[in-house]
Amino acid sequence: MVPAVILTLFLLAACSGGADNSATAGETSRLLVFAAASLTDAFTAGSKDFKAQVPGLDLQFSFAGSGALVAQLQAGAPADVVATADATSMQTLVKAGLVQTPRVFARNLLVIVVEKGNPKRIASLADLPRNGTVVVLADTSVPAGRYADAVLAKAKVSVRVRSREPDVRAAVARVAAGEADATIAYVTDVRAAAGRVDGVALTAAQNVTASYLIAVLQASRNPVAAAGFVDATVHGAVQSQLLAHGFLAAP
Amino acid sequence: MIRGTARRDPVPWLAVVPAVAAAVLFGLPLAGLAWNAPWSSAWEVISSGPARDALRLSLVTSLSATAVALCLGLPLAWVQARVDYPGKRVVRALTTLPMVLPPVVGGAALLLAFGRRGLVGAPLDAAGVHLPFSTAGAVLAETFVAMPFLVLTLEAAFGNLDRAAEDAARTLGASRAYVFLHVTLPLVLPSLVAGAVLCWARALGEFGATITFAGNLQGRTQTLPLFVYLRLQGSDADGAVILSLVLLVVSVVVLVALRNRWLSVR
Repeated sequence: MVPAVILTLFLLAACSGGADNSATAGETSRLLVFAAASLTDAFTAGSKDFKAQVPGLDLQFSFAGSGALVAQLQAGAPADVVATADATSMQTLVKAGLVQTPRVFARNLLVIVVEKGNPKRIASLADLPRNGTVVVLADTSVPAGRYADAVLAKAKVSVRVRSREPDVRAAVARVAAGEADATIAYVTDVRAAAGRVDGVALTAAQNVTASYLIAVLQASRNPVAAAGFVDATVHGAVQSQLLAHGFLAAP
Repeated sequence: MIRGTARRDPVPWLAVVPAVAAAVLFGLPLAGLAWNAPWSSAWEVISSGPARDALRLSLVTSLSATAVALCLGLPLAWVQARVDYPGKRVVRALTTLPMVLPPVVGGAALLLAFGRRGLVGAPLDAAGVHLPFSTAGAVLAETFVAMPFLVLTLEAAFGNLDRAAEDAARTLGASRAYVFLHVTLPLVLPSLVAGAVLCWARALGEFGATITFAGNLQGRTQTLPLFVYLRLQGSDADGAVILSLVLLVVSVVVLVALRNRWLSVR
């Protein structure tokens, strides 16, 4: 029985390790970046510019809610770089000794997201508790959900939330599909939804600032390229795309 | 049946190795769950507010889905087994589809039918009936995914029935309704129970269609599988593991209850 188990593990290892072996043997190197869902568009655009500077780099992204990313990394997912949408998620990884020193690379603001043309005429947070207004928010296991709760608490507005979506993009998608009238998401999500939703700004006093942190994984098999990507994100090709996509520079 | 004869084949090592690997593949994840379970805090986790809500909601929705499936699926199975009509094969294909359709796709399709902008959902919405984000929506999603298990089990039972008893009752003057209730139904009862249990177990485990169509809200639409998924990515992996084990135990109980039906090999 033991040889069969060993054989199976060996086969599984061979299957999953194939890409890495060829990467070290050939001229290409592989870099896997775990990033918060709200970074999807900016990172995808930035990666083109970054790859132009690092020939032969096989750069791959896995986008998900920061909570899911942390859970996967704690379970040993083989990433090289992780970028989260809040300090709390990153702190969990720091405490677990999984990452090198994180750096703040961007900030974001929150906004009320409504259907295109704002048919329900939502002008402020005070309109969200109105009867017949379907509000969904991101789940509290992801930063956007916690930020949204913070915004509502600060404004002392209590809303009947109809659903807690697994990540911020799923919440915006509910509004874009017409199933929900409003959600609270990042300013950059409205831009990314390209004309399918509108944003209703919060006052400066109501808003909270989201901080994005990035770090190299201690277990990275490609630490040089990983550090290069972190540099490009803090001040470089990826940073330019972040600003172009509406993120704010780190203080 | 040659079970019990003393025939001994030489051990087929070529098959044993992958067979053991397959068994390990099934067994290891379960071992992982049990190994990582925070047994000491299990009761604390299960009795916490959100977990209790998820347990209660899962029971309510899965039992409701089974009830709906019985009300609609039993007549459907009977019609499919006993009535010939054009388009019967299409209906059978439609009935089977949810078993092979990815549940997320099922949820998206339900949205396009019953969502606010959906075929039926738009008039329903105008009439004040909102299925998405409601417990009724979760029941609908579970019914869509689970009812085929009941329908197909019952259809086979109705089809395989020896109709002599029914015919005898009819010739003795019993009405069709009387024959159905007092002759047909008792004969298919084992299949009815098996189909209902299968349907209930599938409804209890439903994730994709539910989160896509009904969303996720504690106490309203956050059933056990949704709770497990969201807790895994949140800060409460312990809760996720414990409730995963609850679902695992239910699955094992269902398997044991139905073992004579499917696992006739000792």
